[in-house]
Amino acid sequence: MIEERFDAIVIGAGMAGNAAAHTMASRGLKVLQLERGEYPGSKNVQGAILYADMVEKIIPNFREEAPLERHLVEQRFWMMGDRSHTGLQYRNDDFNEDKPNRYTIIRSQFDRWFSKEVQSQGALVICETTVMELVSDAYGKVIGVRTDRKGGTLFADVVVLCEGVNGLLGARAGLRATPKPEHVALAVKEMHFLPRETIEARFNLHGDEGVVIEAAGVISKGMTGMGFVYTNKESVSVGMGCLVSDFATNNDTPYGLLEMFKNHPSIKPLLEGSEVKEYAAHLIPEGGYKTIPELFGDGWVVCGDAAQLNNAIHREGSNLALTSGRLAGEAIFQIKSRKDAMSKQNLALYKKLLDDSFVMKDLKKYKDMPALLHANSQNYFLAYPQLVSKAMENFLRVDGTPKIDKEKATIASFVKERKWTGLFGDAWKLARAWR
Amino acid sequence: MSLAARVEEKLYQNRYIVDAGKPHIAIRPHDKPSENLLAMTRICPAGCYSETSSGQVEITPDGCLECGTCRVLCEASGDITWNYPRGGFGVLFKFG
Repeated sequence: MIEERFDAIVIGAGMAGNAAAHTMASRGLKVLQLERGEYPGSKNVQGAILYADMVEKIIPNFREEAPLERHLVEQRFWMMGDRSHTGLQYRNDDFNEDKPNRYTIIRSQFDRWFSKEVQSQGALVICETTVMELVSDAYGKVIGVRTDRKGGTLFADVVVLCEGVNGLLGARAGLRATPKPEHVALAVKEMHFLPRETIEARFNLHGDEGVVIEAAGVISKGMTGMGFVYTNKESVSVGMGCLVSDFATNNDTPYGLLEMFKNHPSIKPLLEGSEVKEYAAHLIPEGGYKTIPELFGDGWVVCGDAAQLNNAIHREGSNLALTSGRLAGEAIFQIKSRKDAMSKQNLALYKKLLDDSFVMKDLKKYKDMPALLHANSQNYFLAYPQLVSKAMENFLRVDGTPKIDKEKATIASFVKERKWTGLFGDAWKLARAWR
Repeated sequence: MSLAARVEEKLYQNRYIVDAGKPHIAIRPHDKPSENLLAMTRICPAGCYSETSSGQVEITPDGCLECGTCRVLCEASGDITWNYPRGGFGVLFKFG
């Protein structure tokens, strides 16, 4: 289909791919980007929250042009009981700043816009093209890709793999393993449409202000998992995700769990009367630092979800994808400007830039969290939330029982469930993994 | 209403371009499904996997959301083969 040779071929038009392609094209590199969807964004699913700082580093004035939904002024963390929630709520009017820090977005719209920016920098973007395999030379160096189009083998100095969590290409080429069931969460999500006045009234918002609710507890039935509610301009994104390995041994369906979450008495009134316009599913890399594969080799680098770069504790994924894509692009540009080869040795620069950034520092900080939460999911996601709910009810229901008796009952319920050693052990393990 | 019926209703909201006659996921012929393959009849978020009356698991990937859960759970053992749909085909998210 195309005879010419490129400086770089980028696989995928998600956050990582667009960041990489934009970074390289804007510096004058000859970039080809391949996307299997009908348009950029048509295969991409996210919650979705966008972190401004990471986009700003690529497109400084993005706020003027990009399709953004609401800037976030409030975050709620809810620990869910069966019919209750205990919440931590943080709202700050300073988040109504000129250049807000976080926004909700609708991925297919944002990605489409982002891709136009990439194209305006001179990158060639071809959609509706699935890459079937990487092409290597006799020495094992990646030199191009074979697509599902007729005569569709294309060559470049380097291939930037931004193929997402379910990246087949890298696995097929033996560059990394397919994610293990305990290292990925399956999330399902619905888009609920409501008039914007209704959303603003229900969530206590003015104008383009937005709220995020992250919910954990009995809603995941003892599995490592979370639910979320994100406000957009005229819709609310509602989702629920749990580790695939937990789903495999549990008796629930992902959509059944989502239905239960939506019908929880704390969630239901927020969605009442909405019209559902889409149902999506997606895997989320949850394994963290310990599951990051080789990030570079002869003629290739891998970025974003495909490299398992996701901070599950802070629910940060797209910004790690944006940053890794940008740093890969910068590394490739530097190597290219020195007229050096895209060898494994030279591409190690990408890993160095990533190690020096918040991406690897954050992931390293929480390296023990994923395994801890998984191993103790029954305690952290079922037993404690139920106990907290009961404790709150004891505390708040006035029924003539002396407070001292209530307090004793609450403490006794915790000790009965986990024993003193278990309680201190859980707290100690959590604190250690957090550090 | 059964949950299986409900998931079909959910899929009805979505936009698909089905690559007729070219399923991108295939199940290896079997007498008795493996535990993971059987679990897919419950876990697949699009309800693509189902159990036949004779106890095998079959797949109709038309409503596939391309999440990859079955690949993560069943590809290593050879229970299924997994590919992406051809370029332009499959689910097309309006919102994502």
